[in-house]
Amino acid sequence: MNVRSQVSMVFHLDKCIGCHTCSIACKNIWTDRKGTDYMWWNNVETKPGTGFPTQWEDQDKYKGGWEKKNGSINLKSTDKKRIALNIFHNPHMPSMDDYYEPWTYDYQNLFTAKEGPDQPTAVPISKVTGEQINVESGPNWDDDLGGSPIYAANDPNLDGLSEDQKAQLQAIERLVFFYFPRICNHCLNPACVASCPSGALYKRGEDGIVLIDQKKCRAWRSCVSACPYKKTYFNWFTGKSEKCILCFPRVETGQAPACFHSCVGRIRYLGVLLYDADRIEEVCNLPDEELIEGHRSLILDPNDPEVIKAAKRNGIPDAVVDSAQQSPIYKFVIDWRIALPPHIEYRTMPMLYYVPPMSPVMSVRNEDTIEHVSDNLFHDIDEARIPMKFLANLFGGGHEAKVVYALRKQKAIRWYRRALTVGDVTMETAKQMLNEADCTVDEAEAIYRLTSLCTFEERFVIPPSHREEAIEMSQDPHERRQSTGFGFLAGPRRGL
Amino acid sequence: MVSAQHYFDQLMFGVAPYLALITFFLGTIQRYRAQAFSYSSLSSQFLENKRHFWGMVPLHYGILVVLGGHVVAFMFPREVLAWNGHPIRLYILEISALVFGLLTLLGLVMALVRRLVYRKIRTVTSLADIVLYALLLVQVGSGVYVAVMCSWGSSWFAASATPYLWSIVTLDPDISYVLAMPFAVKLHIVNAFLVIGFFPFTRLVHVLVIPNPYLWRKPQVVRWNRGPGSGA
Repeated sequence: MNVRSQVSMVFHLDKCIGCHTCSIACKNIWTDRKGTDYMWWNNVETKPGTGFPTQWEDQDKYKGGWEKKNGSINLKSTDKKRIALNIFHNPHMPSMDDYYEPWTYDYQNLFTAKEGPDQPTAVPISKVTGEQINVESGPNWDDDLGGSPIYAANDPNLDGLSEDQKAQLQAIERLVFFYFPRICNHCLNPACVASCPSGALYKRGEDGIVLIDQKKCRAWRSCVSACPYKKTYFNWFTGKSEKCILCFPRVETGQAPACFHSCVGRIRYLGVLLYDADRIEEVCNLPDEELIEGHRSLILDPNDPEVIKAAKRNGIPDAVVDSAQQSPIYKFVIDWRIALPPHIEYRTMPMLYYVPPMSPVMSVRNEDTIEHVSDNLFHDIDEARIPMKFLANLFGGGHEAKVVYALRKQKAIRWYRRALTVGDVTMETAKQMLNEADCTVDEAEAIYRLTSLCTFEERFVIPPSHREEAIEMSQDPHERRQSTGFGFLAGPRRGL
Repeated sequence: MVSAQHYFDQLMFGVAPYLALITFFLGTIQRYRAQAFSYSSLSSQFLENKRHFWGMVPLHYGILVVLGGHVVAFMFPREVLAWNGHPIRLYILEISALVFGLLTLLGLVMALVRRLVYRKIRTVTSLADIVLYALLLVQVGSGVYVAVMCSWGSSWFAASATPYLWSIVTLDPDISYVLAMPFAVKLHIVNAFLVIGFFPFTRLVHVLVIPNPYLWRKPQVVRWNRGPGSGA
């Protein structure tokens, strides 16, 4: 057993209101420099939708992640064998057109325009060329299903849905969508790290945060292709790749990452998981349908004396083990089993989990009345507006059982709380539902507590910083905002 | 009496190579030490993805083969001459050298055109890039010209250019080998040292940091701040 600790995350999608506050918090701190303006280390996508960059989940196009071939897993894009072939021109790299050309507006024109018959306007100006551009796409171009016949209809997760189900998703009165906030998953088997010809990308041993060494990056661009979640971005100005750093200067000082801290819906949870690094390779090689269970089996019980002993042997501080015992992530993922990894079939072992969202309550037309219940207590999951297959493609590796389990539990807890507070459901029915959803009353109370009433300290259990290990203790990132990125004394430039 | 021409030749073929080499070594090392961040190929593929292929692929494969040929003739002149002893083998070598030279030239021109045509690429083009393109065009252009006009270069390179280059390396420059050469060859030599001298100030430095550990390292890289975890 080789115990390591990983700062892990849960996003509770049923609580996400799609306000994009997280994206803005991140952008204002990290990516408002030249060359990074198009990057969204944190973004919030509308699902169904094509996401950012457009159709990033289409791995036939982008070749991200790992694929299992002849008994072992290989990078889908460029690995060692193909590096000499692909290093000069990366055949699967998204270009700026797959994201968008960043722009600002010529506000000065509002003040300096000559007097004329029309109101002066602020025309869009490209932040790359400085010339006027015709804005054709942007971040969240398909927010809230905008342009859904083009965008939502081409969501790669619609694979395997019947034509009826697809048509239903578009039907005006049954329209449904949910939000899918995304940051770097800080994977256990990161494809970006494995692909880097320079070895510039690395995973921090102490907390598992995946970073890019800016001094070693040579712009070979492999990581951009290899990351199946498209969460490494190419800085077109400095010629370096950049990615989400999980606000490590904040985490090291005991603060939640900016996107977590600013989350209005309080959907984000952060905490430590202990895992067995020796078994990663074995789990990555499991067949598709066993990946979720395998991924879970990597995570070790922080209360198990054997695990604690092994953690000590590996030099993991007691405070980190304590923190792992309090971890909200462990509860969601292991105890309650309602948080699932996104696209586990990419085999990168993401350490950001999602609690799948409930669909709007389905109603049943009964002659002249519309009723909200049927004989089947879980009918609104079985006949959900969001087809289970769609959610399963996102969070179940194509298999519905795990997603259904998570949704049934959430539904049962809702009804249990309704029995308690509203009273229109009998406690007997509620308990029957809990029972069917594999949930006890205590567990229901705990989930309710951590979902609805959670305090800041309950949501973010950040291991205490170890000053002797922290890198950027002596520097205030805010002080160097917009000028030097992270940790340089000289401003980043292009070339010499 | 020693003519001005004599001094000029000494300067071009006897002194300039050393200036170039000193600049090359001091420049690249100092840049790596003080400006590690600036070591990058500065790829522009992200801004334009299609024409990029038609420039970069011929340019790189072409230059790799052509430069490799120069190095082989420099290291093993006897063997090259022996190989060329048979006309068929000489033709094969000459033709393939020319083909890869033309490939390089094609790639270079395509890359330059792309850089000029696309507005986005022009905004990330620096003065150093422009100078470098000019130098490389002269270098590859003169090389292809020499390959076509001064026949059997693979043989006379081994016989004349190799001894000259070795005389530079052994710090005993003997410029008599190059004095009799045609202007195009002289231009090719002088410009080559210009490229070497200018090398540290351009994106060419990415050649020095080609990804060699990649081929034998483990897929995953883990860094510890507190030193490798004991037993980890």
